[in-house]
Amino acid sequence: MEFRVNGEIHSEQVSARTSLLDWLREHPGLTGAKKGCAEGACGGACTVLVDGVRMNSCLVLVAQCHGSNITTIEGLADVDGVLHPVQKAFIGEDAFQCGYCTPAQIMSAVASIRERHTSSAEEVQEWMSGNLCHCSAYPQITAAVLAASKKVTG
Amino acid sequence: MTVDNDRSIVGAPLPRVEGPAKVTGAAKYSADNELPGMLHAAIVGAPVARGRLVQIDTTALAAVEGVVRVLTREDMPTFGAVHAFQAAALDLPMQSDEIHFEGEPVAIVLGTSLQAVEQARPLVRVRCAAQPPILPGHGEREVIAGEEGERDGGSVGEEGGMTWMVWPYGGPVRIGDAAASLETSHTRVGGTWTHPSRHHNPMETSSTIAHWDGDVLTMWDSVQASFVVPPVLADALGIDPGNVTVVSPHTGGGFGAKGWVWPHQVLTAAAARIVGRPVKLHLTRADQYTSTGFQPALTQHLELGADSSGRLTATRHHVSNITGLTETYVEGATEVKDLYACPALDTGQDVERISVGAPTPMRTTNEGCGLWALESAMNELAHELNIDPLELRLRNYADREPTTERPWSSKRLREAYADGARLFGWYDRPRDGRTDGPWRIGTGMATCTMGQVRFPGNARVRLARDGSVRIETDIQDIGTGLQTVLTQIAADELDVPVGDVSVAWGHSDLPSTGPVYASSATVHTGSAVALACRELRKNLSEYSDTPSVTDAIAETDLAEIVGEGKFGLEGNAPIDVGGGDSGYAIRSFGAVFVEVAVDPELGLLRLRRMVGSYSCGRIMNERTARAQMIGSLTWAWGKATMERSELDPATARWLSKNLTGVHVPANADIPADIIVHFVDEVDPHASAIGARGVGEVGATGVDAAIADAVFDAVGVRIRDLPITPKRLLTAIGET
Repeated sequence: MEFRVNGEIHSEQVSARTSLLDWLREHPGLTGAKKGCAEGACGGACTVLVDGVRMNSCLVLVAQCHGSNITTIEGLADVDGVLHPVQKAFIGEDAFQCGYCTPAQIMSAVASIRERHTSSAEEVQEWMSGNLCHCSAYPQITAAVLAASKKVTG
Repeated sequence: MTVDNDRSIVGAPLPRVEGPAKVTGAAKYSADNELPGMLHAAIVGAPVARGRLVQIDTTALAAVEGVVRVLTREDMPTFGAVHAFQAAALDLPMQSDEIHFEGEPVAIVLGTSLQAVEQARPLVRVRCAAQPPILPGHGEREVIAGEEGERDGGSVGEEGGMTWMVWPYGGPVRIGDAAASLETSHTRVGGTWTHPSRHHNPMETSSTIAHWDGDVLTMWDSVQASFVVPPVLADALGIDPGNVTVVSPHTGGGFGAKGWVWPHQVLTAAAARIVGRPVKLHLTRADQYTSTGFQPALTQHLELGADSSGRLTATRHHVSNITGLTETYVEGATEVKDLYACPALDTGQDVERISVGAPTPMRTTNEGCGLWALESAMNELAHELNIDPLELRLRNYADREPTTERPWSSKRLREAYADGARLFGWYDRPRDGRTDGPWRIGTGMATCTMGQVRFPGNARVRLARDGSVRIETDIQDIGTGLQTVLTQIAADELDVPVGDVSVAWGHSDLPSTGPVYASSATVHTGSAVALACRELRKNLSEYSDTPSVTDAIAETDLAEIVGEGKFGLEGNAPIDVGGGDSGYAIRSFGAVFVEVAVDPELGLLRLRRMVGSYSCGRIMNERTARAQMIGSLTWAWGKATMERSELDPATARWLSKNLTGVHVPANADIPADIIVHFVDEVDPHASAIGARGVGEVGATGVDAAIADAVFDAVGVRIRDLPITPKRLLTAIGET
């Protein structure tokens, strides 16, 4: 198995029963992706980007990832630690409370913006509804995605 | 003590100090930690709700790579007795072969990887001699006794071999002759209002890592109150509480589920001791349904009598909730008795024992439940008398706490009503609904209230020679913005830039303080930080009378100067509710106004907009306080329209132990048009900083406002939550 995580090549043997989520958390120790249910129902606290597409990493086996390019929250800021515009907007709009779903919300927002699903508040609400936030910072999340979208797409 | 509300640091919308850690994935939650040699654990739950455990067969596990051991009752020590207000369940599992609820732990699988224990767990065969479960409607009912007017925090008692949580809520209150007053009232409204059981469903399911070094135990734990972990583990395991360290900086939501210590925490510590290796347990979503409590199903009978002008003449309110066979939890819905002035009152509660685990407080306990009935009845009364619902509330405004005659510590509900009505356009709203395409539009309102729960608080503040300030307090970050608020308080008290203040939190080596539940933390630990700063100033004044603390310390040869802050309650109480022995009634208030849309053909119900207007004392951070309220309003929308955990009527198992069958609000359910407003207020008695509780009060009364908006839209009264499409269509079909 060979795949990239946040640009770094991982070349190793993996267990057939290990999800991408568990592998990310336990092997490279990338614990930003969280486990909310391990069955794709909590709304994706484990969301990461696989080849630019948002995925519930609890529903992907790491054995399926050969040749893939995986991005997690830890790989979003640039090498100097300058935050991505979506990360900045989440702070600026107060788009989180406990923070447990936040890395996943941000990854989902990055993909939504890239997919051009952020033209209005209503559209953002629909496309961000795959990520539950039970602290319920939804209006602030919507505002953050809209603000970041303007920055990213100009 | 003086509080100056004009200084700009307190109240300012400072961004959260832990924000960068949370947006980069750097914030560590319990399960994010790994220890060398650590084993993973999975709990095997009882497959039946009632009966006797006969045998645990683990032969099939031999084929699973990585399984180290399966612990059963025979491996467990005999646990010592644990106590209420610290432990959530007093009857600890794996101590006998009796089964009291489905999912009760009967074995623990330990393995070298998470995959191993997850693969192995379903292969453990649990054989039981099952008995029919005791189902809702068939349980024994016990009336809650209690001294009339008893108001203080709970205590623990023993009765008939059963340990009782003596909860300060639910005891009977009788003032005047409510029955006679109802008979002679000009107008009476009443009925039965129900809630289903609901689970907390924090996004982070509970996780615990236990590590022993000799007799010294370290717990990385997801909790809302680290201070209760050492005493419970010490009681259960027979160790010195001083030998228990708790590491818990970030908690991924709790809403009450992580308030008291649950059996899985005790079992993890016991397992780690038995095998001599660190053990990590991260409950699955399904485990959480039987491991960390729930808000119990509740039936409320409520009647109001009023004169022709709408002034209340009598209130009768009787409540029943389900509870476990071995655990008594009273959902204190009758705590709404002090909302309105009313000359005759008759309240009481009972519990029904069925085959479920222990219920526990959940956002918003007590008034959050009671206002569903009371505020719905007030709206029905307003309709009967053709009085505006807000005017009806004003006619029954309580200028002192009705049942005790105590003065309020501070109450600016009149302003909250007026501001909320203005922001919503309440008096300009179309009456009796209107139409927008297929939608019928309706509006409704209700009062919000929550009695203040207070705990003692402790904090230490250090000022270093370089001008940096460090706050130290063992409290969790659960997303309320507390660490940011503490930073603002210290910056304000010491008159230093917020950027020079840091907070150390989430480790039991720091000063022990109160919990992050019951909307209490700003009051107890915010006060402690303010008091620590004031002590620091006093200590520093012995060396220099220069007003600036940074200039003052520079004049000395001190490396640092320290202040200890202790926020205590009257009578050294460990907890008080609604004012305790302070001489004041302490309570937060608000008013909520909602506009909904109902599609009468499909039974769909949508939120269009909300205004929440609150009297909660001094607001310490406008931005985080707003977030708290939006969270609570969203919770209330979920409660009113979608959330429900149903027990299987044959097996007493929770039907959907997941977020597929149990719905909670998603982003698209909550429109951007939510206005949160706080009246300008400083409460001189509730705390040392002018603050009262913010947060949970926002999730009270909202369900009643929503139900009245539905009535306004389509003319049907729903008294059973949640208001589902099926219930709406049935009710519309009957009209």
